[in-house]
Amino acid sequence: MTNPSSSSPLPLDVTDLTVAYHEKPVLWDVDCVVPEGTLLAIVGPNGAGKSTFIKASLGLIPTAAGRIKIFGKPYASQRKRVGYVPQRESVDWDFPTHALDVVTMGRYGHLGWFMRPGKTEREMAMDALEKVGMAEFAQRQISQLSGGQQQRVFLARALVQDADLYFMDEPFSGVDAATERSIIQLLQELRFKGKTVIVVHHDLQTLKEYFDWCMLLNVRRIALGPVDEVLTKENLHRAYGGRAAFLRS
Amino acid sequence: MIFDIILIACIVAAACSMPGVFLVLRRLSLQSDAISHSVLFGIVISFFLVKNFHSPLLMIGAAATGVLTVMLSELLLKTKLVKEDASIGLVFPALFSIGVILISKYAGDIHLDVDAVLTGEIALAPFDRFVVGGVDLGPRSAWSMGLIALINLLLLLGFFKELKLSTFDAGLAASLGFRPHLLHYGLMIMVSITAVGAFDSVGSILVVALMIAPAATAYLLTDSLALMILLSMGIGITSAAVGVLLAFSLDTSISGTMAVVCGMFFAIALFFSPRYGMISKWLIARDRKWIFACYTLCVHLLHHEGTPEEEEESHVRHLQDDLKWEPKYAQKVVASGIRNGLLLKTGNHLHLTPLGKETVRSLMNRG
Repeated sequence: MTNPSSSSPLPLDVTDLTVAYHEKPVLWDVDCVVPEGTLLAIVGPNGAGKSTFIKASLGLIPTAAGRIKIFGKPYASQRKRVGYVPQRESVDWDFPTHALDVVTMGRYGHLGWFMRPGKTEREMAMDALEKVGMAEFAQRQISQLSGGQQQRVFLARALVQDADLYFMDEPFSGVDAATERSIIQLLQELRFKGKTVIVVHHDLQTLKEYFDWCMLLNVRRIALGPVDEVLTKENLHRAYGGRAAFLRS
Repeated sequence: MIFDIILIACIVAAACSMPGVFLVLRRLSLQSDAISHSVLFGIVISFFLVKNFHSPLLMIGAAATGVLTVMLSELLLKTKLVKEDASIGLVFPALFSIGVILISKYAGDIHLDVDAVLTGEIALAPFDRFVVGGVDLGPRSAWSMGLIALINLLLLLGFFKELKLSTFDAGLAASLGFRPHLLHYGLMIMVSITAVGAFDSVGSILVVALMIAPAATAYLLTDSLALMILLSMGIGITSAAVGVLLAFSLDTSISGTMAVVCGMFFAIALFFSPRYGMISKWLIARDRKWIFACYTLCVHLLHHEGTPEEEEESHVRHLQDDLKWEPKYAQKVVASGIRNGLLLKTGNHLHLTPLGKETVRSLMNRG
């Protein structure tokens, strides 16, 4: 830093992000600034653009407008500082491989092209599996795992990415209550270590208990900030329309 | 001569099976059918340009057509006016038919006829020798196909990790900067070049059998990607060798017999694969049914053990009256319970053995 008075750059700084499919906006002029060490939930109705927001932040889909900065720089130069957990349904779990191998894939970004994963990578993967309570399933074919176990394998894979900013797309989908708690505990641990974690979430009931911050999204950004400030009757009504009354009760 | 044919067939099969694994895993099997047909268009056009069947330009032309096929299909799909299968089904027949028309119209006197395009002429391949400085080094197609197989192998080894990741999880691959789209096109070029190389020997239809069947067979036999590639190569090579020998003894089409053998290997795996075969699945399902019935009976007995109605509830008649089991079915369940040491039968009454009790308790705890 040339200027000592400036604070370290923000993990995620999104300005005027617009994403459209065939001129139909999916995200419209969304601003999102997330301070370091935040556990942020993205909530909103179906089709609100929650996954799209994550994918656009990672440069996975083209944007119509907007600027995205990760720790002050474009994503392409910050790949190693960012971890990503895609939706569980987005991959083919009949793929011929086992849990440990999937977790090892989290190190591929650090290895780069052509370098092969070795003993170090497998040990890191094994440690991560242990952290998510899946060590005994390391050699298990991935189609033989339950939904919650698959989700934990994905989480372990994110852990070995050893990132400073994480994007997780519905890590609680298809997971039982006990697994949900153990996952959120891990996410909170990451946050205590100063990592920033951004999670697409569905359950408004658990928002306050699980997360520090929340972004309410419905194509437009409705609100962003500490969960308490965001979850007002008015904001929920703007995000969910007529359904808000029933969601709030 | 038969040795030469077997050699060529095995090399073709090995080369085809490598991209085949990724086609199967990416659910692109039909894309290989499309490419193997439309490359004909590229071959014909390149041939008109260079007038030589052994020019490397043919490969470049074919690779370009393969990419063109994929791009045109994707463009059609993007219009959202046709679905994915239709977009593939529209593009390759168009290119293939242009190729066929060009051959029948302008290439009547050269070695390229429509029959050969469909099924190949592997029996003629050994006559075309690779001669350097007067020394006969063997059939030319063994060398050209060997080179393609070697390139496929090197690409597979070099990009194993990248291909694996982008096939399993394209989203993570893209976020890590591995360019899955580029790898996709690379794979399609690999398929195109392999298809052109194999064209002479097995034709445009059977090359699909050699790409897909060994990979689909291997998929049923292993849980490891590396092993799947090795198995697929082994199955392809074996099918090729067996196919050629069988064709000679039966005096039938060589390429056709090779494809049939590939199909037979697949059928064997489909039924007999130890883990994913139909028979083992059926056996597991059957066992599960009896085990569950047996446990149901044990739970029932434990439930009423030591209660006043035990006398009534443990009577064999009860199985028919209140559990509503058919007499024969009930008999079988009791027999399997006794055989597995869970039950004892004294007179007309059933009792749990200590092992039976323990099993039921651990089952109940888990539930």
